[in-house]
Amino acid sequence: MIGTAIKNREAELNTYRKRVLVAGLVILTAFGVLAGRMFYLQVIKRDHFHTLAEANRISVVPVVPNRGIITDRNGVVLAANYSAYTLRVTPSKVNNLDAAFDALTNIVDIQPRDRRRFKRLLEDSKNFESLPLRNRLSDEEIARFAVNRFRFPGFEISAGLFRNYPFGEVASHAIGHIGRINDADLKRIEASNLMVNYKGTDHIGKLGVEGSYESELHGTTGSEQVEIDSGGRAMRSLAKSESIAGNNLTLTFDIKLQKIAEEAFGEFLGGLAAIDPNTGEVLALVSKPGFDPNLFVDGIDPQNWDLLNNSPDKPLLNRVLRGAYPPGSTIKPFLALAALESGKRTPSQSIRDPGYFALPGVAHRWRDDKEGGHGTVDMLKSIVVSCDTYYYQLASETEIDKTAEFLSLLGFGAKTGIDIDGEMEGVLPSRAWKEKRFARGTSEARKWYLGDSISAGIGQGYNAFTPMQMAHAIAAVANDGVTVRPHLVRNVINAGDGRVRAFGAEPSIRPPTRLPFKAENIALIKQALVGVNSEAGGTGARAFAKAGYTSGGKTGTAQVYGLKGEKYKESKVAQHLRDHAWYIAYAPADKPTIALAVLVENAGFGAASAAPIARAVIDYYLLGKTPDPKKPKGPIDEPKNAD
Amino acid sequence: MSPRTLIDRAFDVFARRLDGPLMVTLVVLAALSLAVVFSASGQSSDRAFGQARNFAVALVVLWVAANIPPQQLMRLAIPIYMAGLGLLISVALFGEIRNGARRWLNLGFATIQPSEILKIGVPLLLAWYFHRKEEGLSFKDYAIAILMLMLPTGLIMRQPDLGTSLLIFSSGFFVIFLAGLSWKLLASAAIAGVAALPFAWSMMHDYQKNRVLTLLDPSTDPLGAGYHIIQSTIAIGSGGIFGKGWLNGSQSQLDFIPERSTDFILAVFGEEFGLVGLLLLLTLYMIIIGRGLMIAINAPTTFSRLLAGAITMTFFTYAFVNIGMVTGILPVVGVPLPAVSYGGTAILSMFMGFGILMSISTHKRLVST
Repeated sequence: MIGTAIKNREAELNTYRKRVLVAGLVILTAFGVLAGRMFYLQVIKRDHFHTLAEANRISVVPVVPNRGIITDRNGVVLAANYSAYTLRVTPSKVNNLDAAFDALTNIVDIQPRDRRRFKRLLEDSKNFESLPLRNRLSDEEIARFAVNRFRFPGFEISAGLFRNYPFGEVASHAIGHIGRINDADLKRIEASNLMVNYKGTDHIGKLGVEGSYESELHGTTGSEQVEIDSGGRAMRSLAKSESIAGNNLTLTFDIKLQKIAEEAFGEFLGGLAAIDPNTGEVLALVSKPGFDPNLFVDGIDPQNWDLLNNSPDKPLLNRVLRGAYPPGSTIKPFLALAALESGKRTPSQSIRDPGYFALPGVAHRWRDDKEGGHGTVDMLKSIVVSCDTYYYQLASETEIDKTAEFLSLLGFGAKTGIDIDGEMEGVLPSRAWKEKRFARGTSEARKWYLGDSISAGIGQGYNAFTPMQMAHAIAAVANDGVTVRPHLVRNVINAGDGRVRAFGAEPSIRPPTRLPFKAENIALIKQALVGVNSEAGGTGARAFAKAGYTSGGKTGTAQVYGLKGEKYKESKVAQHLRDHAWYIAYAPADKPTIALAVLVENAGFGAASAAPIARAVIDYYLLGKTPDPKKPKGPIDEPKNAD
Repeated sequence: MSPRTLIDRAFDVFARRLDGPLMVTLVVLAALSLAVVFSASGQSSDRAFGQARNFAVALVVLWVAANIPPQQLMRLAIPIYMAGLGLLISVALFGEIRNGARRWLNLGFATIQPSEILKIGVPLLLAWYFHRKEEGLSFKDYAIAILMLMLPTGLIMRQPDLGTSLLIFSSGFFVIFLAGLSWKLLASAAIAGVAALPFAWSMMHDYQKNRVLTLLDPSTDPLGAGYHIIQSTIAIGSGGIFGKGWLNGSQSQLDFIPERSTDFILAVFGEEFGLVGLLLLLTLYMIIIGRGLMIAINAPTTFSRLLAGAITMTFFTYAFVNIGMVTGILPVVGVPLPAVSYGGTAILSMFMGFGILMSISTHKRLVST
């Protein structure tokens, strides 16, 4: 028994030792596999994993350049940057946005307006980007948020530069504004191969100088290599290439003049373009009403957007460049010049004005403004008193295509080439134009009638021009037949070295063009225009009485029609139906330094409402005179005057 | 008393039951652990102190275990196993659910994971069982042993805790294997196991399936289950031969490695100390395993032989599974790197095992039969 037990024990021990040996071999093999795996990872594939680790660790962060500053011609800042703290939210990291916002209200002041704006941003944002919820946090809010930060994953405070327009609505249509980059902007940036330079940039110039000079203002984006942790937080900087700030722009206008011009409109809507006829520098560019560009900087909230976009006053419409209005009587001096140049009229050739114009065999009478007529009218008087009959007759004798050809020399019906985008061409009617315009109509509709010519002869009918085109044309006359290109930017100043590049340095910009007009013809027209503002019976004489300088001008009234389909508040209908008032002018008469065009919507006669605005602008520009604050703002309601 | 005898007496009390080679290796490992835990926890001395405290407590437990003679341990086999099993059943009935698994039992004063008890309880019971059946083992004996093994394994798998159940299964399996289960039966069990794989697959939870699938191709889910493996292999691979230096691993210090002071601490180790460091670690493990197997072979009784062998091989399993998982050749299961990962319970039960090993090693002369 004991023997077998010992034998059993021996056998069992033997088995056990064999089993331990097997286990030992298994263990050795397993550790061999592990060592092999380590060797594979750390020796053979080391470079591969090193690259991956570096890619994990290092993030290249764009260094966004400071946007160039915009000043007026005297260095007054019109658009500047300020740095502020923003509360940003990464929506993908927040489970319930509304609940988080509710919880946040005690810490950071979140207005319903902020929420609405955020919702709007959220709708057209990509998934992973963070969006601003509140800008310009106060120090107190920053401190409160810092303490409670752990409660709000996905929320963070970031410092950034913001755009500020200290003058608000003033010159808003000229300066324009920046806004967040949208899909259309992105496509443009991609198309022009600027993606790299726009890395990290959230905003882009949208309108006006901000929009058209984007490439100057933006600057060159730098980059910084930073070490980040797995949460993407920057731990330290490894290398940095600085950004190059955008160029600063000096504009051509004086913001004080601009302000006076805007205030001169009072409650009226309209547009004003004033340029230096010698250089094309824009001295004022007014489109009333304006808008506050600050609203757009970081995404406008829906309520303000609706207010601006749906207002019947169309504050977002740049009336100076995009509003085309029939020129009314302001076209007369240009048509007179055309008649002189073509030989259709001599200065002394006169007509007898019975108060209307009639064509033989036609029952219709084209009425003059003045009951009973102006009597004997030569060319000078036709402009000074604005005699319609003279021009009805002239138009009835002139081929419309010849008129169009002449007017196009002065820039009518074409873009003036001003250095900001969005300009409209207006309408310079001709036979070909009417053919095209009514291409879908009957042959009757497409045909040019003599009646069309006669309407066009006093600036009504089909023709429609922008205030900028009118200013451009009167400037050409004031400048003795030399046209210049209007522009808003005077100098581009390199932010780094301060070097100044003047407007016109670029070869692409067209030089002043001398038009092939006879000097004595222009002189006669100018004489007439001066007469308008100085002679008894001149339509602008009253507005320019005791001016202290001589000036040339011309009033005009554009009839309002085409109301069909438009909705307007009932109380305003009467005003809406009133005519638009025009005034074009230049001064001083002998050596003009300012030429301008004013359009006041629904203000009645040009002499009464538009001319005083022109007077206020020229008074300040030439004499430094500011309007009397006691006098009521806006056009004075004078009794009906001859136009 | 002369100073000489005082030292002798002190040695008698404190070190007589300890095993020299094992102790030295464990102390080196503990020192390495403190250094890596400090680095992996974002250089938090709190964490390092916590780990030092874990080691201190574990050393006391080791000393106590080393001073319990194996015969007494044998008497504890049934009570420990039954208590563990009872608690497991209570967990299944009243356990707390955390992270979707019912693993914890609230005892009022403390919350425990009963599966930890069975890490020692299962090999202890099986070693006791085979010790009793010294006079030759029949098929029935193996069947009963397998039943005693599968009962807790199944309960833990149900929690679900696949990693722990596999570890407990393997600790019991090692006892059965060392006891001499015939190769034929082993082979047929292996075949049956492979055949049962599709069935097991269908029983697995989605997250468990994911872990296996992710192992096969981590890039299928780079931000989810694959993230751990991708980041840990990047860390280890980028460490190169000599490593980036202590506290200088970018993957480790910049928080790219998840659970970097616990289950994935090997990635920190490999990144900062390189291949040289990892091979040193493997060598330390080999020393412990080699010493453990030596103790097992020289152990005087069936019980102590089987228990010592099973403890040693379980230690090996922990090391292999953890290293295999972090280097990306095994699926991700929640197994710490033995004696290095931060964590009180794991170090405690590990050191208790070493205490038992030392007890077996130092008591053999006294119980020699």
